[in-house]
Amino acid sequence: MKRNLVEFWRVFRGNGMGILGAILVASILVVAILGPAMTPYEPSQIVRDADGRALIFAPPSVHPPLGTDDASRDVFTQLVHGARISLAVGFLAGFIAMFIGSLFGILAGYFGGWVDTLLMRATDVLLVIPDLPLMLILVATLRQMDLHVSPLAVLTLVIGLLYWTSTARLIRSQVLTIKERQFVARARAIGAGHWHIIRKHILPQIMPLIVANTVLILSTAILVESGLAFLGLGDPTQPSWGTMLNFAFDRNAVSNGAWWFYLPPGLAIVWVTLGCVLLGNVLEEILNPRLAMHHLEGEQHMVARREESRAEGKGCADHDSG
Amino acid sequence: MSRRNYLVRKFALALVTILVVVTINFVLFRVLPGDPVRAVIGRNVRISPETQQALREQFGLDQPVFPNQFLSTLGQWARGNLGISWSLRQPVSEILLSKLGNTLMLIGLGQVLSIVLGVALGLLAGWKRKTAVDVGALTFSLIAWAIPTFWLGIILLAAGSTWLGLPTGGILSPQNVGRPLYTVLPDLAKHLILPTLTLTILYLGEYMLIMRSSILEVLSEDYILTAKAKGMSHWQVLRRHALKNAMLPIVTLIALNLGFTVSGAIYIETVFSYDGLGKLFQSALVKHDYPLLQGAFLLLAVSVIIANMLADLIYSYLDPRVKAV
Repeated sequence: MKRNLVEFWRVFRGNGMGILGAILVASILVVAILGPAMTPYEPSQIVRDADGRALIFAPPSVHPPLGTDDASRDVFTQLVHGARISLAVGFLAGFIAMFIGSLFGILAGYFGGWVDTLLMRATDVLLVIPDLPLMLILVATLRQMDLHVSPLAVLTLVIGLLYWTSTARLIRSQVLTIKERQFVARARAIGAGHWHIIRKHILPQIMPLIVANTVLILSTAILVESGLAFLGLGDPTQPSWGTMLNFAFDRNAVSNGAWWFYLPPGLAIVWVTLGCVLLGNVLEEILNPRLAMHHLEGEQHMVARREESRAEGKGCADHDSG
Repeated sequence: MSRRNYLVRKFALALVTILVVVTINFVLFRVLPGDPVRAVIGRNVRISPETQQALREQFGLDQPVFPNQFLSTLGQWARGNLGISWSLRQPVSEILLSKLGNTLMLIGLGQVLSIVLGVALGLLAGWKRKTAVDVGALTFSLIAWAIPTFWLGIILLAAGSTWLGLPTGGILSPQNVGRPLYTVLPDLAKHLILPTLTLTILYLGEYMLIMRSSILEVLSEDYILTAKAKGMSHWQVLRRHALKNAMLPIVTLIALNLGFTVSGAIYIETVFSYDGLGKLFQSALVKHDYPLLQGAFLLLAVSVIIANMLADLIYSYLDPRVKAV
């Protein structure tokens, strides 16, 4: 295990994209953890100038570093508090999706038969229903039902319960190949139970893939959260970046030229989603056993992208010469 | 599996999916607190007890929820009776139909532009693999993926209205509203530039990526080598042999993208106050107009499902190899 980690780090270190992604994600995590400590204001506090007048749509300066919004609140303070909300919802939803997806993927791949058919048809159906309208009516009606849970919890659950399909398919296909391997057959022959085989033989093999996929799912979850919050489904008392953009748009930040109100939250979203995608793609390239097969095929690069290696494998790389 | 089986399976999938959508719609409609009759006609409308009773019978609310109410509601929906909007006090189906054209115009323009540009750029990127063009294309599609649709819209709105003097929203300037569209085309075009641009940037990346990997795969086929060996120029090989085959995945992507396009329309129409189904959906959401929300969901979901099925059929027709996918 330790040798694997060292080997992983050796490959990862050489990958600029992966390093960039890791830095983007780590920096935003630091901001979210430090949060309130980075700013002298409370998110709802009214910022005043030396004469005690509230600063409405004040442009960035030394004092409020990112200016103020229409209600004289500090944009930078909202931004660092928003990081906590956006990341919390995104991460929780992402983990729910990852958990359901992995569970279903393992069950479908390992047991096959009707379990497999049922789960795969369910993903087929979910794939075709347009996701945003579905989430919107789900969140809207669940809110109306007096369930006594916070709006953010509803949002998190709905996102988590809808975005597991791609993970399930990926894990399933991986489990399908692993369960045919010798060591699984041997374990079964000496009388190991299903639970034991899944826990001791299958899970360790697919864990890296699950990790890589989780990072990718996180970026989707954060993007989706921002969209739903922008459309007014966030919690106004706990504003995420999406909710900030909803406020900014509703309160005419654009026509007031208050770019400091609508640019930073969007940049923050791009920052973290881009980070997750870069990191996730590189992790998948390194950790996905199917892609790693190309190490043996005389590739120049340690890790080859699927479509490229296929093209090169057939010896037609010469189509762009001469 | 034969091609007929394939078609039957796709048809069955569409049918099951529609059934799931209808069931979700029905269940959500019923779990909302309050009298279902009120849910159909609105809370603030005064109606006589006789009318209430008539509605009760029309929607079969005096009967058990399942299967009677479910089936009769299904029947009403199938006939296009989607209830009455609470906020607009008009039949939901009429409202939906009046907004459909605008949305189709926006989505259509955005899709056509992004497909044409995406195919062209993807082709170029794949052909000139590992050059600056290719790296640029890949970077662009990565960033386009990470940008939230609505935020891109806000930025383009701010930039376009400040620097280019483009309108900030709507479909027509106030003085032109109500005139026939063909008499005010320049004004319409001005209003369409920014939302269409947002949609195009959004979808361009994905078409480009798919086209790129598709052309790379096709170019590795033996018949391309044969064509080259016969002395055809690169351009001839691309046009006569590679392009047609590489275009196939685009057909599937257009269908798969439809759901995604619907999401895009909701965000973009909201940002640009564009008077279509997406804006309607968003305002129904904000106003808690449930009949309108449910009707819009039904229309969007069913059209996406049917379009997906049609794309599968077209695909199997275009590519005879498709059998047991």
